[in-house]
Amino acid sequence: MTKALAAIVGPGNIGTDLLAKLRRSDDIEVGYVVGIMESEGLERARALGVEASAGGVDWLLDRPVLPSIVFDATSAKAHRAAAPRFAEAGIVAIDLTPAAVGPLVSPPVNFRDHVAAPNINMISCGAQATVPIVHAVSSVVRVDYAEIVASVASKSAGPGTRANIDEFTHTTSRAVRELGGATRGKAIIVLNPVEPPMIMRDTVFCSIPADADRDAVTASIERRVAEVQEYVPGYTLRNAPQYDEPREQWGGNGRVAVFLEVRGAGDYLPEYAGNLDIMTAAAARVGELVAREKASVTA
Amino acid sequence: MSSNGSQPDGGTATTGGTQRPVRITDTTLRDGSHAMSHQFTEAQVRATVHALDGAGVEVIEVTHGDGLGGSSFNYGFSHTNEIDLIRAAVEEAAQATIAVLLVPGIGTMDDLRQARSVGAGIARVATHCTEADVSVQHFGLAKSLGMETVGFLMMSHRTDPANLARQARIMADAGADCVYVVDSAGALVLGDAQERVKAVFDEIGHQAQVGFHGHQNLSLGVANSVLAFQTGARQIDGSLCALGAGAGNSPTEVLAATFDHLGVTTGVDVGGVLDAAEEVVRPYLPRWPKADRTAIVQGWAGVYSSFLLHAEHAAERYHVPAHEILQRAGEAGYVGGQEDMLIDIALQLAQERDLAATGAR
Repeated sequence: MTKALAAIVGPGNIGTDLLAKLRRSDDIEVGYVVGIMESEGLERARALGVEASAGGVDWLLDRPVLPSIVFDATSAKAHRAAAPRFAEAGIVAIDLTPAAVGPLVSPPVNFRDHVAAPNINMISCGAQATVPIVHAVSSVVRVDYAEIVASVASKSAGPGTRANIDEFTHTTSRAVRELGGATRGKAIIVLNPVEPPMIMRDTVFCSIPADADRDAVTASIERRVAEVQEYVPGYTLRNAPQYDEPREQWGGNGRVAVFLEVRGAGDYLPEYAGNLDIMTAAAARVGELVAREKASVTA
Repeated sequence: MSSNGSQPDGGTATTGGTQRPVRITDTTLRDGSHAMSHQFTEAQVRATVHALDGAGVEVIEVTHGDGLGGSSFNYGFSHTNEIDLIRAAVEEAAQATIAVLLVPGIGTMDDLRQARSVGAGIARVATHCTEADVSVQHFGLAKSLGMETVGFLMMSHRTDPANLARQARIMADAGADCVYVVDSAGALVLGDAQERVKAVFDEIGHQAQVGFHGHQNLSLGVANSVLAFQTGARQIDGSLCALGAGAGNSPTEVLAATFDHLGVTTGVDVGGVLDAAEEVVRPYLPRWPKADRTAIVQGWAGVYSSFLLHAEHAAERYHVPAHEILQRAGEAGYVGGQEDMLIDIALQLAQERDLAATGAR
């Protein structure tokens, strides 16, 4: 099978880590890396033999052979501007920015619903880490309310995240509801500056009915963790899911608490930055699924 | 003013802040929410605001203990929606301004807009002491809503004075009328508090005021507050009956009496706050906050005071000692907001205990 030709727009830390992951892919070949100014990221790409340019999206769309997939690791603003141009050129955009031009996608939750979407949004790091679990619980029992707490190392939270931390809480809580299947959702993010940096941690709390089949919930969570591990090997349960008895204050519901650790693969980003790794890993996963889909359609 | 009550020059008038030498902000109805497991009723809030307002306290903070939007599994659900409590407090206050706390990452700008719409006048935006840049958008909004602003650098013991001053600069530039050195863990010992207040005052004193928020885990909340004042702080936090996280806050009534002794005008009637503490708050105290073993460990190991009840609950649930949970939380460097990690630590301790028991057989 021939690999799908792809481009990475935005040669920063995220773009570079994504490039490292995609170079291992059997389905995707990164042909181009694009920035808007000369940078170390472009140099790194060239050193790996990838054609790289500071000519931006204009340069990319001017190539004699266009990519079929573009990964956008720039900014929400830049992606909003470029998205219609990618669509017009028939290039599937996998968006790692918070632009949310296309549907929010978590690979094991809803990729199949958006297999032909021209633009796919990777939501947020917290959502990639937690929404699969909320969905695993809501697939088995009713979830009136789900809450996620993402703790990340300060060093792994870039200026974009810091300048608009509300965007994280809004987008992630939306995904907890719309993809996770909780009636109400809440997202919390905590930045921790401890040295050495802490590995990303995520806690998922879901309300569950008083008579919920706990074994079925645990089994569903464990299956889902294994699915995420296929593309994020360092995604692990710290402990077995913890169950709390129903309380009047919880609307008569009980609660399941799931404690996750997300250790990155350490491709380009450090291992503690599991929050960034799960974004690039999930984007690479979606890219591969899109490439396979295209290949099967063509065949 | 006596020699003990002197302050360095500087701190000229700002757009917001106080004209008094010291303004006491009472946080019984916010930090105290931790000690109440966030179960404040509207009647308790009204009675407390009425008493504080009558005693001349000019700023009264009312919010879930973890700030706007804090009602959650992780921090505990509020008995009464905080917006309803804020609205009631605003109605009850004849002269006092109602303040709200917002921790970016937990609460959002929408929450602040709601609080403003029911009459909150002061926005206090809190971040961990090294993460001030996450507050910039919230200060911008607070100012555009016409609110007075306070920056809250939590867990100030976890960074050095010079870095704390740089973080205070970020908040002042973002629109904070005052930046607080917040001793969330009650871990600052006298000179530690003073050095931090001085560094922040030297950095921002010409454009914004400086505040101090103390806890009693090492019984130094009031002493640190006096030193903070003598070093330039103009806004000081307290709680009636010390009602607050950990061993509680600097008691408002003790602060009022102490500053009165020093000849420093706070505008607070000492008799009035003594009555408020004894007659209004004491009857609803679930327990009088005190420096017991668990709380002292928080000050000693530098652990976020709000972790106290959460550690006790996890200790009870998993049959492990609360003070050991907190000790580990200190060693791991967990910050405010990471209450979920206390359950994680309790599970680890329980596993270690079970392994040790197996080995002993």
